[in-house]
Amino acid sequence: MAVSKSTVAAIRFGYGFHPEQTPPSGADALLAGLTVAQDAPMPLPVEGLTDRRARLDDLIAERRSGGKGSKFQEMRKQMRRDAMRDAAQVVFRRAVSPHGFYERLVAFWADHFTIAGRNAGQLFVAPAFEPEAIRPHVMGTFGNMLSAVVQHPVMLNYLDQVSSFGPNSSAGQRRGKGLNENLAREVLELHTLGVGGPYSQSDVRELAELLTGYGVHRGFGKFRFFEQRAEPGTEKVLGKTYGGDPARADHALEFLQDAAAHEVTARHMASKLAIHFTADQPDPDLVSHIAAAWRRSAGNLPTVYEALIEHPAAWRMPFAKIRQPTGLVAATMRAMGVTAQDLRGPIAHGVRLVRALRDLGQPLLQPPGPDGWPEAAEAWITPQGLAARLSFAGKIGQLLAKRSDTDPRRFASDALRDALRPETRFAVGGAPDRWEGFALVLASPEFNRR
Amino acid sequence: MNLSLSRRAFLGTACSAAASPLLTPVVYASAPGENRLVVIILRGGMDGLGVVQPYGDPGFRALRPTLAKTPGTGLLDLDGFFGLHQEFADLSPLWRAGELGFVHAVSTPYRDKRSHFDGQDFLENGGASSDGQLTPARDGWLNRALSLIPGARADTAMAVGQDNLLLLSGDAATGAWSPTNELTLAEDERRLLSLLYAGDPLFTQALEGAAMLSDRTEGRANRETGMTLAQFTADQLNGPSRIAAFSLGGWDTHKTQKNALRRPAKQLTEALLTLKSGLGRNWERTAVIAITEFGRTARENGSAGTDHGTGGAMLLAGGAVRGGKVFGEWPGLGESDLYQNRDLLPTADLRRFAAWALAAQFGLRGSDLERSVFPGVDMGGDPGILA
Repeated sequence: MAVSKSTVAAIRFGYGFHPEQTPPSGADALLAGLTVAQDAPMPLPVEGLTDRRARLDDLIAERRSGGKGSKFQEMRKQMRRDAMRDAAQVVFRRAVSPHGFYERLVAFWADHFTIAGRNAGQLFVAPAFEPEAIRPHVMGTFGNMLSAVVQHPVMLNYLDQVSSFGPNSSAGQRRGKGLNENLAREVLELHTLGVGGPYSQSDVRELAELLTGYGVHRGFGKFRFFEQRAEPGTEKVLGKTYGGDPARADHALEFLQDAAAHEVTARHMASKLAIHFTADQPDPDLVSHIAAAWRRSAGNLPTVYEALIEHPAAWRMPFAKIRQPTGLVAATMRAMGVTAQDLRGPIAHGVRLVRALRDLGQPLLQPPGPDGWPEAAEAWITPQGLAARLSFAGKIGQLLAKRSDTDPRRFASDALRDALRPETRFAVGGAPDRWEGFALVLASPEFNRR
Repeated sequence: MNLSLSRRAFLGTACSAAASPLLTPVVYASAPGENRLVVIILRGGMDGLGVVQPYGDPGFRALRPTLAKTPGTGLLDLDGFFGLHQEFADLSPLWRAGELGFVHAVSTPYRDKRSHFDGQDFLENGGASSDGQLTPARDGWLNRALSLIPGARADTAMAVGQDNLLLLSGDAATGAWSPTNELTLAEDERRLLSLLYAGDPLFTQALEGAAMLSDRTEGRANRETGMTLAQFTADQLNGPSRIAAFSLGGWDTHKTQKNALRRPAKQLTEALLTLKSGLGRNWERTAVIAITEFGRTARENGSAGTDHGTGGAMLLAGGAVRGGKVFGEWPGLGESDLYQNRDLLPTADLRRFAAWALAAQFGLRGSDLERSVFPGVDMGGDPGILA
């Protein structure tokens, strides 16, 4: 389908059209928008980790002094509510932001560095991860983002680094504790080289030793380097020797910077970006082009994005990808013209969103594993996945029919512009009820693709 | 675009009984036989040594100072050598009835990288290469098996749950549905949707699957649990389906395994008990196998958990299995017995047992199983896991 560059920019590189926002006209506008977005305040801010830790402390203090009385129950209830609201803000932010490409990149990196909330405490602190570890580095270097991620308490907890001790460290000996390989393995397998990369079990183990000492002050407090947990001596990872005594936090950072600029990481990440933004089987030349920019700039991300956007394959054959449920929900809210103003106040929106995403098969903060959500179109458009999308489209269609007097045909052309297929135009025109007309737009292939 | 229907023509179509694949009433022809197979994928790497503990092995205690149990400390004795973790206590009646068994010290051919994601793809793909390379078609072994079953149709095999199982993906048509789906499509809605999806094969195919299944399901589960997945599976197997698969996660017990194992154990236990009760008389003809991407380290790690390993255990259940027994060749746990001085040494390919289950339940030929379902597997003599 031949569609305008502006439409590709809005749909492939953003969350779709919003009636009150002007879509980027093309490549230059997309890239220029990133700089503006980096300097703009984050829409719908959330509480940081430090404040969350303080509230956890207050809760603990209340339990110690007053037990599990009504004040304790009220505090805990409020914390649960805030956890849900903040998890929802992640998607709301994507929906209302005028900087679609920037938000898509944030989402890409947040998925690359997947975290999860497996219990109430983790769910309470998890929303702080993206604003603290991802956003500040989206326009920086990959090495710095990787370092921030590996030092963020939410990640250190999620991948069990907090319970890894050097087997010969003083704390390890005293407490009879040893290594936990989880974070080290995922850094190599998922975050940098990729599973096909040139590393062995011995590299995993040596990196796990190099990372010993990385921990968190009191549960979900600040990052802290515990020298007494660090394995003594040097470690050899990917053929290079790191560390030495006395152990310092920088030793692992040196490795992370090397791994970030590694040519295999460049290839892995170029392929991941091309797959995420263009096609499940991306143009090999596009991948090489991005990888070259990564190597040349040692993972300077704006240079990498430019390489993606300037390549002709980035603009060819749009709609090869499926919008994941979070993207579908964001695009739906945009088509409905939802603004940040609409989302202030009651938590009801958040509750509805959390339920909708669960039903659509992408529950917030509950990815299938540390490798994040699947990319393949076939993973999402299954009979059960499509059924969930049809139910969602039906509910929103009924809501729109009640709340707005727009003609569904008008809604179709506003939401999709020149991406609207004749089949969809025809089906919407033939819908017996207005609600079905709206629902058909939201259920259409072009609204579910990008 | 090729759509030339006018609005008027569309309305005409909508009012006629034009034949569309979506409108053809689903006819349940006689399915291939009465035997049934359920495959449960345990995601995250179930700790075979923790679930079926070799308490009779003199090396076990030293490897697992806090995790090793004995019948005196809560382990459920199975055969004087192995004991079942106490979180699975509700399965004891199945064991006693010969409807629950295990195969120990097994794994796929995948070695050394110990990646969940490669390991799971590999487990579901069923290939033979130790580096995790998938077979060229990148399809699932259960799908390849289905294509060998005479009379198999799209509703013979069902992937249950939102999880898109590689295990059942491939050329043979299969069904897929989640107990949490709610969808009822009136005929005119189906027609509108098939027009909407004209020209998009991915959406068209998914719609056909959804339409077929929306007729067959009543009620809707609020969420996917071992119980709701199993109840739905039982309903399908009591109908025209003979093969079903679903996955249960949560087995990646790196930390405080004592607690971490509780939830996945409960899910699996409830799933098995629900299958038995839901299948009623059909349970007699059912074999369930539960498999995982790898076992976990023989030694417990620094945080009272276990890391990614190699050899592990598979679970067998159902009236069709010859349970009450732990199958497999035990490699021992001495330092020189371990794989890379780290993991339980796999003494058999778990694909061999899956192949025998397919042979027993659906009459598949050994040569076909060894060539196309599990390329490179050596089925050897009948291990006798099925009655």
